[in-house]
Amino acid sequence: MKTLLDCHKACKVKVLKLNAKDELKQRLISFGIMKEATIEVLEHAPGKSTIEIKVGKMRIALRAQEAELIEVEKI
Amino acid sequence: MKTIEPKACPVVAKHIKVALVGQPNVGKSMLINSVSNAHLHVGNFSGVTVDKTEVLFDYKSYHFTVVDLPGTYAFTDYTIEERVTHEYLCNYEYDLIINVVDSTNLEKNLQLTSELLTMNKKVVIALNMSDEAENEGIDINAEYMSELLGVRCIKVSAATKMGIEELIESIIATYEEEEYETKLIFSEAVEEEITRIVSYLEKHKHEANNSYRNIAINLLKNNKKTYARLHEDPIWTELQPILIEASKHIELHHDSDDIKEAFAEEYASFNRGITTEVLEQKNFEAKATLTDKIDRVLIHSFLGIPIFLFFMWGLFQLTFEIGAIPMDYIDMFFGWLGDTVGATITNDGIRSLVVDGIIAGVGAVVLFVPNIIILFVGIALLESTGYMSRVAFLLDGFFHKFGLHGQSFIPLVTGFGCSIPAYMSARILKNDRDRLLTLFIIGFMSCGARLPVYVLFAGAFFSPEMAGNVLFIIYISGAILGLIAAKILKITAFKGVDEPFVMEMPKYRLPSLKLIYHTVVTKTMMYLKKAGTFIAAASMLIWFLSNYPHNLEVEEMYMIKIESAVTEEERIEQENLLAEALLEKSYLGRIGKFSEPLFEPLGFDWKMSVALQTGLAAKEVVVSTLGVLYSLGAEVDEENRSLAGAISKNISFASAVAFIVVVMIYLPCFAASIVFTREAGHIKYFFYLLAFTSVTAYVMAFVVYNITKMLV
Ligand SMILES: Nc1nc2c(ncn2[C@@H]2O[C@H](COP(=O)(O)OP(=O)(O)O)[C@@H](O)[C@H]2O)c(=O)[nH]1
Ligand SMILES: [Mg+2]
Repeated sequence: MKTLLDCHKACKVKVLKLNAKDELKQRLISFGIMKEATIEVLEHAPGKSTIEIKVGKMRIALRAQEAELIEVEKI
Repeated sequence: MKTIEPKACPVVAKHIKVALVGQPNVGKSMLINSVSNAHLHVGNFSGVTVDKTEVLFDYKSYHFTVVDLPGTYAFTDYTIEERVTHEYLCNYEYDLIINVVDSTNLEKNLQLTSELLTMNKKVVIALNMSDEAENEGIDINAEYMSELLGVRCIKVSAATKMGIEELIESIIATYEEEEYETKLIFSEAVEEEITRIVSYLEKHKHEANNSYRNIAINLLKNNKKTYARLHEDPIWTELQPILIEASKHIELHHDSDDIKEAFAEEYASFNRGITTEVLEQKNFEAKATLTDKIDRVLIHSFLGIPIFLFFMWGLFQLTFEIGAIPMDYIDMFFGWLGDTVGATITNDGIRSLVVDGIIAGVGAVVLFVPNIIILFVGIALLESTGYMSRVAFLLDGFFHKFGLHGQSFIPLVTGFGCSIPAYMSARILKNDRDRLLTLFIIGFMSCGARLPVYVLFAGAFFSPEMAGNVLFIIYISGAILGLIAAKILKITAFKGVDEPFVMEMPKYRLPSLKLIYHTVVTKTMMYLKKAGTFIAAASMLIWFLSNYPHNLEVEEMYMIKIESAVTEEERIEQENLLAEALLEKSYLGRIGKFSEPLFEPLGFDWKMSVALQTGLAAKEVVVSTLGVLYSLGAEVDEENRSLAGAISKNISFASAVAFIVVVMIYLPCFAASIVFTREAGHIKYFFYLLAFTSVTAYVMAFVVYNITKMLV
């Protein structure tokens, strides 16, 4: 199983599943991070603690813990 | 006698109440500003507007009330600000919704729109940022979109004021219209279930305010309120099995066990459909946008943080360097004003009140306006360019180690301007524990009103070349202290799990000069207004307390000495001693003397103790109090009449450092304390804050004082 956290910079992936619980899941969905969505990894903050991704036209910052909950597949 | 002209028959104006809804950072506040003459706070990050604000304006024969609501990504209650919006939309009376949409990111914005469309309210869609969309080669067919959604869609730009009139006309037209049903269509599976429920409700002639379709959708979405209402109804026993079946059907269709997720996907595919129909992307987007390019540098893994620190350092350097230029003139002006005004007043008491009280007190505060302006410009740039969110991103990992949330950065930075909006903006934090923790730490970020104290002391003890650096160090150490305090609070008082961090990073925008100008002028005027009213009154009070009661014995004793003085120098010395002795016998002197033992271990004389106490009302008063006390007291010779001069003469370096430490840490001003208590939700938190800041300030100042004394 591959998660968003395993992705390198500039890598493009498709979301397979969200393993987050209720509220966080709703939050991710409202940011457009949902099944079938395409995500591009833009940048890692120092220590890979936080990552910046692009979903559609929107840039989003996520913490490693949250990125780990997003199952993805490379496209 | 004049005859009273018969007035034209007054048209009964109609009131239209509009709720302004949209995702964060799409230009809602700016749109209101361009429609009316309001000056709502606009900034380029999510979380600028955290409370609802009403703006009134007239157009033709209509009275408009527009309610600016905090941005929300979807109908969730994730954070307090989102709760404000959700609450308002569900429970308040209003005539229609303007849904503000960012044209450059249509599909994502429609996520909220589609939820609004199922709300059974009249909606007008404002396709904002049309100017930007045009530059990016995005063309939206607004007429076609109106047709597809069944609501009016108007292209506007809050920045260039394009389409504003058309928007208002559409609002009126929609207002005058009958109720209508919007054209949101779901997938076949969902539509099938909706039809089933609707026909069931029709069969039983269920009575309701909403349309059956609306009820059906709400039931399928598991809407709690609709559930509760129908639960009481006798038809529920039959309806429930239908609903369970329906949910299964939909979940199966979406291969998910979460009906909310299923509906989100429904909305998403509807939105995708709409977007493909109405949006045309011309001259295909360049590979890397400008934002991408800037981001490559500014949030670089290694360079990001050093660059940020450099910007901060530069800001304080400028604050001191440029701020110092007009300072001499302002100082001279108040000196001249004091002399000129003083010369026209014959009564000694009143002259002293005006010159030594009001002019010295207000002058001491106004002196720092240039510094304040530079600081405000810096904050405005940070807010309006989009850099704010980047810094939150860079610092999140670091903050996280100290138990803070990356988004805490936003209230904390706001705190460098003023603590009051900072306390408010902590609402963007979801979790109450995180929010409280942030509220406790905000005070460590020195607000604009403390800047004068720092500038004064830095200028008094350091050369102009060093003063900027000193200022930077003061602010950074405040921030670091705040982080350490956060860590301590996190492992003691606010234990708990970490909250998720998901934050939008807006695109970079070149801030318009007008916007910066407005923000800075508004804030500066507030500062000046405070100087003219509150500070002036406080200065008068302090003057009074430091002049009365008149101790005649002391006066007579010194008068004899003064008269018998042989040389001029001796006379001046005796006069100074008299002033000092009188000051010590005054009310304020007594308060100071009384509290002196408490502050003695920190190396403060009674004047400094008093200044700290009056500073509880407002931090500017620290400076104005020092201004009054030192202009009344001795030691102010003709060549060096400035306050900085008096301070460097009378206060030892170690005491000065300890003083700055206290000012940095102790309780924020009175007004901020009230807002703190309100945002924290209970008066007990105020007492916690009082105890926490006082103890920390005292201990830190004591340590610093003794260390400095040893070193110097
Ligand atoms: N180019 C352009 N920028 C805009 C427009 N409307 C708003 N902005 C910018 O978008 C950002 C967010 O504006 P704001 O009113 O605070 O958004 P709100 O969070 O929805 O209230 C600010 O930087 C504005 O300058 C517009 O029509 N065109
Ligand atoms: Mg706003």
